[in-house]
Amino acid sequence: MQRHVLSVLVENEPGVLSRVAGLFSGRGFNIHSLNVAPALEDGVSHMTITTYGDSQILEQIMKQLHKIVTVIKVTDFEDGPAVEREMMFVKVQAEGPMRGEILRTVEIFRCKVIDVSATEMTIEATGDHSKLEAILSLMHRFGIKEVARTGSVAMRRSKKQSEM
Amino acid sequence: MERTGAQILLESLKREGVNVLFGYPGGAIIDIYDELPRHPELKHVLVRHEQGAVHAADGYARASGKVGVCLVTSGPGATNTVTGIATAYCDSIPLVVLTGQVPTNLIGNDAFQEVDIVGITRPCTKHNFLVKDITRLAQTLREAFFLARSGRPGPVLVDLPKDVMQASTEFVWPEDVSMRSYNPTYKPNLNQLRRSAEEISKAKRPMLLAGGGVILSNGSQALRELAQTLHLPVAYTLMGLGAFPATDPLSLGMVGMHGTYAANMSINHTDLLICVGARFDDRVTGKLTAFAPSARIVHIDIDPTSIRKNVEVDVPVVGDCRLALEGILDICKAKMGDRDWLEEHAEWLRTVAGWKKDHPLCYSNEGTAIKPQKVVETLFELTKGDAILTTEVGQNQMWTAQFYNFTEPRTLLTSGGLGTMGYGFPAAIGAQMAFPDKKVITVAGDGSLQMNIQELATVVQQRLPIKVVILNNGYLGMVRQWQELFFNHNYSSTNMEAQPDFVKLAEAYGAEGYRITTREELLPMLKTALASPNPAFIDVRVEREENVYPMVPAGAALDEMLLI
Repeated sequence: MQRHVLSVLVENEPGVLSRVAGLFSGRGFNIHSLNVAPALEDGVSHMTITTYGDSQILEQIMKQLHKIVTVIKVTDFEDGPAVEREMMFVKVQAEGPMRGEILRTVEIFRCKVIDVSATEMTIEATGDHSKLEAILSLMHRFGIKEVARTGSVAMRRSKKQSEM
Repeated sequence: MERTGAQILLESLKREGVNVLFGYPGGAIIDIYDELPRHPELKHVLVRHEQGAVHAADGYARASGKVGVCLVTSGPGATNTVTGIATAYCDSIPLVVLTGQVPTNLIGNDAFQEVDIVGITRPCTKHNFLVKDITRLAQTLREAFFLARSGRPGPVLVDLPKDVMQASTEFVWPEDVSMRSYNPTYKPNLNQLRRSAEEISKAKRPMLLAGGGVILSNGSQALRELAQTLHLPVAYTLMGLGAFPATDPLSLGMVGMHGTYAANMSINHTDLLICVGARFDDRVTGKLTAFAPSARIVHIDIDPTSIRKNVEVDVPVVGDCRLALEGILDICKAKMGDRDWLEEHAEWLRTVAGWKKDHPLCYSNEGTAIKPQKVVETLFELTKGDAILTTEVGQNQMWTAQFYNFTEPRTLLTSGGLGTMGYGFPAAIGAQMAFPDKKVITVAGDGSLQMNIQELATVVQQRLPIKVVILNNGYLGMVRQWQELFFNHNYSSTNMEAQPDFVKLAEAYGAEGYRITTREELLPMLKTALASPNPAFIDVRVEREENVYPMVPAGAALDEMLLI
């Protein structure tokens, strides 16, 4: 079961999200995260879906997505080098000597503190999937109150001079 | 000149070549019905239940190859179409289903007879639309018909709010239709066709497996030419019946759960399976790991999702079945014209012929009761294959598939993928509307006929001479068969203890009723009934506990058939 990040360009019409989500639930595919926002072109939306599956399941997911009439393009980022980022807010317990410890962790991971109170801090973190997982695992010892994550967005890397 | 939404709708239907609508009026579409009498070119068939309307449109589409159209109201009218839509979706039948909807300002307010039919039918339509703006109406209808009939065909639903039907605008018919996100592949990749031909040239025991895609692509002739030129035996799925003549010496018969011994054994021994327009349904493959164990597989299908969904494939060919079959034959003729295919395949053909000879489809003639298989054989004898048969679902369907020798495409209309009881009788209405002069016969069970028996009123109102042959065993026969074989004779809720008098019922509706109870009556009474110019129910009392054989138990391999 390999993790895959799919980029899906769709016509921005009512119901298009439901068509994509319904495909995954109806066929027993798994959505780990799903991110939707307007694409560059008017009337087009860009979805980034992370999913798990072996190559046969992934092939079906790609084909089935493509079969949806309002889906314009489907790309699997496993096919080549890509950049991938996700943003996350983590609200942690922050009292006494822990505050300094939290700030040092924030520094190391190049995160930002975006909200602070007498007892809590909210941290904004950006990174790929494994970086955010690493931050979360370190934050556990402070006591995590709440987490909000955007799900991944991804983009194909530009071709290097030598490849052109 | 401005036109109302209702006028634009009906005008658009005519431009799409529609001449029959199957429907049922109601509050949300009353504006369309108000306009309808001013368009005499559009014949409307008033059904008695919306499910009947969709099945009738489906039967029309399967028989004629054109898009079937139905028109129903919002709410319950729309939800009643769902089974029919799913039936068409599973068998890739082109339909446009027009549903009324509450006015746009009421959508989402739980208005009277409001239901989110676009949401409900999203997973069982090829695509669906809600038209919120009258200026999009003509374009949307153009796209709906384009989607329904192109690529892998399927049902498309268009939801029409009442205020959009009442509004007015200039009617502009879009001559061209194209959708950037929808481009079905018709022309198969030449390389893949070459590889397919190469596989054929290397194979010792090749065979064809034809599915509904051959019929949908009008590829029967191409299939026959390929098979006969290269001397390839042909098996077919339920949906592929008629694509290849059952009477041809190369025909192996139907494959799968109730397939012939020869077809299933061939699948088991072939070294090259060329599957055309079939999707390896579990009823076809049996146990997947034991399916075609020694075969390389060429899979031709217009829908890429069908390929490698259930079965690993050596040569995938995405494209129109007819074009692919023609392409492969052209390559074989051009590159291997000097090969003596008959000689090369002689040994394989002898093996196959042996299976056919040793284990033909058969049934026991013991006892005195009428055998249901004999009824179907007698139907073939009387019609000589020159008829359109529709079936219900269950034993009646399997016996029709086995014992009626279908020789032409579009002469068997049956719900394959979804297995919808109640399909056959309304589908016959559509077939008869498409071909008023053809003999149209439904083979029904006493159980499934009762699921849409109300359509007899439609048949009488339209004066359609449809004949319904009821294989009446007083059981839900196929479930009873499973209970007998796999559930220790526990006939739980399959005995239809109360049953209408089908003869009197037919007469009450204004049709004819016949009852056949003895073997002696079968041929003469069936002959008389079929010759009648009126619609008729023919209640044939058959052996109550007859089973369909061969049978591959669910989950077993194809060569683990129970034979009679």
